[in-house]
Amino acid sequence: MASVSYEHIYKRFSGDVIAVNDLTLDVQDKEFMVFVGPSGCGKSTSLRLLAGLEEISEGVIKIGDRIVNDVPPKDRDIAMVFQSYALYPHMSVYDNMAFGLKLRKMPKSEIDDKVKDAAETLGISSLLDRKPKALSGGQRQRVAVGRAIVRHPQVFLLDEPLSNLDAKLRVETRANLSRLHQQLETTFIYVTHDQVEAMTMATRIAVLKDGILQQVASPQMLYDHPDNVFVAGFIGSPSMNFFDATLVEQPDTGKMVVDSGSFRLEIPAHQTSDLQPYKGQQIIFGIRPEDIHSAELTPPGVIPARLSATVDVTELMGNEIFVYGLTGSKPFIARVDPRTQVRPGDDIEFNVNMANMHIFDPKTELGIL
Amino acid sequence: MTTSPLSQPEVDQPPPSRSRLRETSLGLLTSLAILAFTAVILYAGFIFLRDSKAPKLVVAGVAIVWGVAGVALLYFGANHLVEQLPDRWTALLQPYIFVGPAVAILSWYLLIPSFRTLYISLLDRTSENFVGLQNYIDIFTQRSLISTFRNNLMWIVFGATFAVIFGLLIAVLADRSKFERTAKALIFLPMAISFVGAGIIWNFIYEVKDISVPQIGLLNAIVVALGGTPKAWTASFQPWNNLFLIVIVVWLQTGFAMVLFSAAIKGIPSELTEAARVDGANEVQIFFRITIPYIMGTIITVSTTIVIFTLKIFDVVIVMTGGQFGTEVIATQFYRQYFTNRNFGLGSAFAIILLIAVIPIMIYNLRQFREQEGF
Repeated sequence: MASVSYEHIYKRFSGDVIAVNDLTLDVQDKEFMVFVGPSGCGKSTSLRLLAGLEEISEGVIKIGDRIVNDVPPKDRDIAMVFQSYALYPHMSVYDNMAFGLKLRKMPKSEIDDKVKDAAETLGISSLLDRKPKALSGGQRQRVAVGRAIVRHPQVFLLDEPLSNLDAKLRVETRANLSRLHQQLETTFIYVTHDQVEAMTMATRIAVLKDGILQQVASPQMLYDHPDNVFVAGFIGSPSMNFFDATLVEQPDTGKMVVDSGSFRLEIPAHQTSDLQPYKGQQIIFGIRPEDIHSAELTPPGVIPARLSATVDVTELMGNEIFVYGLTGSKPFIARVDPRTQVRPGDDIEFNVNMANMHIFDPKTELGIL
Repeated sequence: MTTSPLSQPEVDQPPPSRSRLRETSLGLLTSLAILAFTAVILYAGFIFLRDSKAPKLVVAGVAIVWGVAGVALLYFGANHLVEQLPDRWTALLQPYIFVGPAVAILSWYLLIPSFRTLYISLLDRTSENFVGLQNYIDIFTQRSLISTFRNNLMWIVFGATFAVIFGLLIAVLADRSKFERTAKALIFLPMAISFVGAGIIWNFIYEVKDISVPQIGLLNAIVVALGGTPKAWTASFQPWNNLFLIVIVVWLQTGFAMVLFSAAIKGIPSELTEAARVDGANEVQIFFRITIPYIMGTIITVSTTIVIFTLKIFDVVIVMTGGQFGTEVIATQFYRQYFTNRNFGLGSAFAIILLIAVIPIMIYNLRQFREQEGF
């Protein structure tokens, strides 16, 4: 049970490759922190730096109050679950889980208690005599988690532990991991490229790109108030729609509109004050698919802002329809009510919920609103 | 719908006509004709080669063409014949057409001599009278012959052990070195030298001269330089002089062991050693608890292979000492009894003992190979 802090961490590989670039991040005690980002963003490297499997090029990592830069992995009081599980193939499940305890010269009876406890927690008691080869993917994953939890480490590191499971098992295991976190009350640091895993399990999410930390926030905060275009586009599925547009003030009404060339959408009055300095300038207009409704099935409370478009493709998901539309020549995705009658080629009207819009600066890609 | 008994029933095909039946029997006749033709050719060739008084070069040329073409024709004819049979029979017989001759020839060259040697080992020195197990009793009771087994045991124990230990050590250390390629190439180099060549090289190293003249042997030169007296390494210190011979094979085989171990070690997923490191293992513990068990299959295979090598060791001993000074091993004794002493019974008995000693290791080795596939 400890906090973790990264202070101005750099990791350079063979000279000019910078895997982690000035990472500063505090992970609270008992927090479930998820590092998320596309492949090559430095999330795994950040985790491996904490585990002591990679050397830090610059900066300080602390676990609790202790600087661990020069502490070997075995003395950091951490446990790690690897993507491939890394179970020792020549050892039984029991020995796999007991390995770390045996190395710490714990008495046999105590090891036995701990291994059996952990196995009970994870529902693998009946597998203790088996070799990893004789286990299914899901069972192996649980053994890998078991091997980590028997040691009651201060920090629990998980490197894409679900990516080798099939879709159904992944959803199940996601819930199990959340439950385990509540049960163990330990700091979890979890690496994934899957934003759904991040959103569903995290207390807080750290989004990384090209070795640079983009934003750290709770899942809801990240979703509702992304700091920049990358975070806005990365979190959420399907991704947010972006349009290059201009902020224009209507000369007759004095109201502000987003003008993309193919559509003009009026900005609600209470938001216009923040946008005054950007009047007449180029912006990036972002809107999530669920904030675009079909005109005739718009939920109450949405101030109508009309957008006409041609339907390109539709995907029925059961509880909703993904409509791939074109406004002008710009593609976008809308998640609309499943009762909407649309077919490819139709020209239809959408209502955009401008209260949930996002405005970004095109030069810095940072959020304005 | 009726189908020909000689063809597989197929969907959407017109019922077989008479012409089809005729075709099949025609095929059978053709292949029989080919086989008969081949037999005639082979026999005629044999007669020609036996009685020919043509120049040797011509005979050799004819023999090559006759042999290669004859074998090819035989394969072709037999294959053709089998293909005319019903599909079920074709599938059953076809593999034997190709594997059969090899199996037959190997049995002819290996099994028959083995049984013949076994038989001769039960006869006396001139292969005239049956003596039962007397040759074997002699081998295991005569002191001069028993030392043979002691020496072979030394070869197995020290030769295999040191080659495996050094091979493993170098493989592990080279894996972490910047000079891995160079180091491994150097260690592997002796593998290219024949046992006889290696024997000659080491004969120079062990060369002994009188103290009054300069030592040309490396080892004695060092000893004399350090103020010692030159020693006849391979002749004195019996039975430990065997170790000076064993060193040569260790020198040759370490490279072989290292290459296989190196490949096996590189096959260990890095996450596995990382997991062990996080679990609290230090480098030594990782080596003994992860690396060694992980490559156990390779260790066993390499060990048994080297054991078989050392069991059969012959060339090095012949070149270095000729079996003198208490360095005889089973293979040299076999050679000495059979070809030098013309004691066919005793020589054959040695050969059979060597065979019996190698077989179990061979079987174990093969089984290990098979298991590794499923690893």
